[in-house]
Amino acid sequence: MTQQVGIFIEQHRCMGCKACQAACKDKHDLEVGQLWRRVTEIEGGSYFEDGAAIRPNVFTYWTSIGCNHCANPACVKNCPTGAMFKRSEDGIVLHDDSKCIGCRMCVWSCPYGAPQYDPEKGKVGKCDYCLDFVQKGKDPACVSACPVRALHAGKLEELQAKYGTKAQTKGMPDANITHPSIVIKSHKDAI
Amino acid sequence: MFTNEANKSEQESGSQRRAFSRRSFIKWSAAASSSLALVGCGSAGFKQASSNVNVDEADEKVISTGGTNNCGGCCVIKAHVKDGVVVRLSTDDQPDEPNNPQIRACVRGRSYRKTWFHPDRLKYPMKRVGKRGEGKFERITWDEATTIIAKEMKRIREKYGAEARYANYAWGISAQIAGLTLAKRLLASDGGYLGFYQNYSNACTNNATPYTYGTNDTGNNYEDWVNAKLIVLWGFNPAEVVFGGQTMYWLRRAKDAGAKIIVVDPRYTDTAVALADQWIPLLPTTDNALMDAMTYVMITENLLDKAYLDTYCLGFDEEHMPAGVPANQSLKSYILGQSDGVPKTPEWAEKICRVPSETIRQFARDYAMTKPAALIQGWGPQRNAMGEQVARGGTVLASITGNVGISGGWASGIGYSPAHDVASLGAGENPIKAQIPVFMWTDAVTRGTEMTKENDGLRGVDKLNTNIKMILNIAGNCLVNQHADINKTVKILEDEKSVEFIVVSDVFMTPSAKFADILLPGNTVFERDNINVQWAFGDYAVFNNKLVDPPFECRDEYDWMTEVADKLGIKEKFTEGRTREQWLHWIVAETQKANPGFPSYDEFKKMGIYKFKIDKPIIRFEKQIKDPANNPFPTPSGKIEIFSKRLWDMNNAKEIPAIPKHVVAHEGPQDQLKEKYPLQCIGWHFKARCHSIHDNNPWLKEAAPQEMWMNPKDAEARSIKKGDRVKVFNDRGATMIPVKVTTRIVPGVVAIPQGAWYTPDEKGVDQHGCINVLTTQRPTPLAKANAQHTNLVEIQKA
Repeated sequence: MTQQVGIFIEQHRCMGCKACQAACKDKHDLEVGQLWRRVTEIEGGSYFEDGAAIRPNVFTYWTSIGCNHCANPACVKNCPTGAMFKRSEDGIVLHDDSKCIGCRMCVWSCPYGAPQYDPEKGKVGKCDYCLDFVQKGKDPACVSACPVRALHAGKLEELQAKYGTKAQTKGMPDANITHPSIVIKSHKDAI
Repeated sequence: MFTNEANKSEQESGSQRRAFSRRSFIKWSAAASSSLALVGCGSAGFKQASSNVNVDEADEKVISTGGTNNCGGCCVIKAHVKDGVVVRLSTDDQPDEPNNPQIRACVRGRSYRKTWFHPDRLKYPMKRVGKRGEGKFERITWDEATTIIAKEMKRIREKYGAEARYANYAWGISAQIAGLTLAKRLLASDGGYLGFYQNYSNACTNNATPYTYGTNDTGNNYEDWVNAKLIVLWGFNPAEVVFGGQTMYWLRRAKDAGAKIIVVDPRYTDTAVALADQWIPLLPTTDNALMDAMTYVMITENLLDKAYLDTYCLGFDEEHMPAGVPANQSLKSYILGQSDGVPKTPEWAEKICRVPSETIRQFARDYAMTKPAALIQGWGPQRNAMGEQVARGGTVLASITGNVGISGGWASGIGYSPAHDVASLGAGENPIKAQIPVFMWTDAVTRGTEMTKENDGLRGVDKLNTNIKMILNIAGNCLVNQHADINKTVKILEDEKSVEFIVVSDVFMTPSAKFADILLPGNTVFERDNINVQWAFGDYAVFNNKLVDPPFECRDEYDWMTEVADKLGIKEKFTEGRTREQWLHWIVAETQKANPGFPSYDEFKKMGIYKFKIDKPIIRFEKQIKDPANNPFPTPSGKIEIFSKRLWDMNNAKEIPAIPKHVVAHEGPQDQLKEKYPLQCIGWHFKARCHSIHDNNPWLKEAAPQEMWMNPKDAEARSIKKGDRVKVFNDRGATMIPVKVTTRIVPGVVAIPQGAWYTPDEKGVDQHGCINVLTTQRPTPLAKANAQHTNLVEIQKA
């Protein structure tokens, strides 16, 4: 699938600001609880106190994730009605509301939490790579929102040629489960 | 959150009782409930997406507006408007070039719709009917409201003098036509008002920086940061504050260009996570102990350039002191212990600031030997009880290491950066010359006539003739929420004999709005044209286009103040014959006079942003360093004044030393009060709010809930777990807040995001994590400034 689109996530640049998340919510008009793009924080470590001196050995990093439009999307495989499907032309995984019965098989299947059940609608919604924008030659809302240019959209093959094939970082699910269409450059503490 | 029964019932019956634009009501309410409508569209949108995506967007207008909160950011926001409803927002869409980046909006700007179209908007003018602060109001007409305001302005001027009237600090509208400035203008046109100087953001560094350099213009253009080899971000967290046009972008560019970045902060901030090669945590108020020990290392390891110091600096050593000062008062004498017998060694400092001595040594060597290096201070560290010291301390470190006046360096201090002048509608001349430090307005209410120049920083007069009797509070929350010691402030304001008349204009029932006698519904950035510029860093202007009509009876300040002015017979003086729109034309015309390349009004309005052309980043003090003989610093001595004779002459060496130094802060880690209240509590500017704006925005609450940061060690000692709701308290008050147990904050310190709306229960205990129930009204020694990050507290599980 040479035309598969993807996202290059420069995790090392991310400042956890969540502008991408807000831009996504605004674009898709999402109520609280619906996070088609999510920024999650992972932190840990400790301090070594030696007399008055405090020596920090702590880490924090964020991961900004939408739908990864996987090569083997578990959501599509497990959807009983065909509501969830993968477009042949660009590999974008889409959801047809009219066929969705709200069974949430996709929600449980996706290792990344991309499909999200909306109790108001009784249906699932998810990131559509801002298909309407992309078809007009624009970037997805999250990508054009990032104040530090940590997100980039493009053809997966081209992104991989430029930035490598790393598709998971510390704390993320094994990329071999669904083969996400992403490339990641890790934060120094997430390597 | 601040439900108001009077307002609510008025709102329900409003459509029958008041003549107002039905069209604007429909449009606005459609926008307010757009979330519901558009969820439906979302699924329809998918079908269009797979067949023909363009169908739905042909009739969508894209209108340029911008961020207008007081974050310094001034981003570009593009509103997509369809059938009079703002359906979504995007940001700057000009080409994104590395040296000319888009001015992108932050998480707050992207969430604007959920604030400005919030269903809790104030809708009608109201007057207080209960006790002041109780929140009971009754709807009145605009004519009644402006009549009462005009009458009270006159009554108070005649009874107490114009000096009894005050326009409170308020930057909810941070733009070239601003509510605060209009309030001052109205009062100035009618005989004047008690003025203020400084601000709540940077009063200490604003006051202290000129003692070193003679000016507050100490920053280079941020485009120059890419030339630094080392950048020290000292208490500087633009990732959340924003603090200038595209500050994080340019810091990131500097990192990409190879700069090493060190962050000094009690918290492992978002900025530190994104940028820092090294994080150096320290205890709040002990910055100068760290700085003193760094200087000790530089002196004893011979890392400083003596010829440089001799040429440019006054007061580094005994050979370069101003006349009339006794021996052993130089910086070097203090650092080596010749003045007080205490050498300021890294081991000495470690006990105070808790930074390991070997870290201090390495940090000192890095900063002294990596050239050029930029030590950039944020304004958080100087909002401390001895905040002047950290501000001056930064300038001295930058000076002695030779980082002033060079590309890639940074003079530190307040750091105002070069920018072209954009005109604004001014307040006009105030016939009253008296000014107070802005933070001391509550003192001016309770004991104004006792305030003096020496003790209280009074300016322009030797004494005030009256206390404050009337306050105009326009688009601001410093009346209650953002001022220190809310419980004390509230008591002062509740006394209706003290301040006799309070006018508030705002868009929500904020904690300050509840204390209004006359409460007016303002309009938002989406509902009027305005022009805005960033503060601190960046050099451009943004046009905020009006997107929709104001809902209900919401009204622009200029409009109703013109009506008040008319009733006072000063309309011509207030307006100078111009409408609001004509003033915007005037602003552009004046700006063009100073900057011939500036676009015409219509072009600017259409473009939405104009960036001034900068051929080469400006480096502050470049002339003074290249050719000192012909270009003295604007200080009394013409040199960089490490030792300030002006401070020496104030004769308060303990709290206002002539050289910056570690001064033990009350409510710092060396205060005895620590036995009763063992934790230091600081605030910080939070990504979910600009000060107190957006506290009711559900998307921002979801992105960043109001939580207190607490180290696992301090949490365990109190059996507190992640998510527990706790009571944070001291002698001044108490607040309830959930805890984020995190290693991102140093042990012994807790941090509460500032700006949450004060929400007291019936016993007066705040329920919403508002830090200002814990902060003190005791001002700093020199600037008489707010020290809202210096608080000792104890914490209990709720």
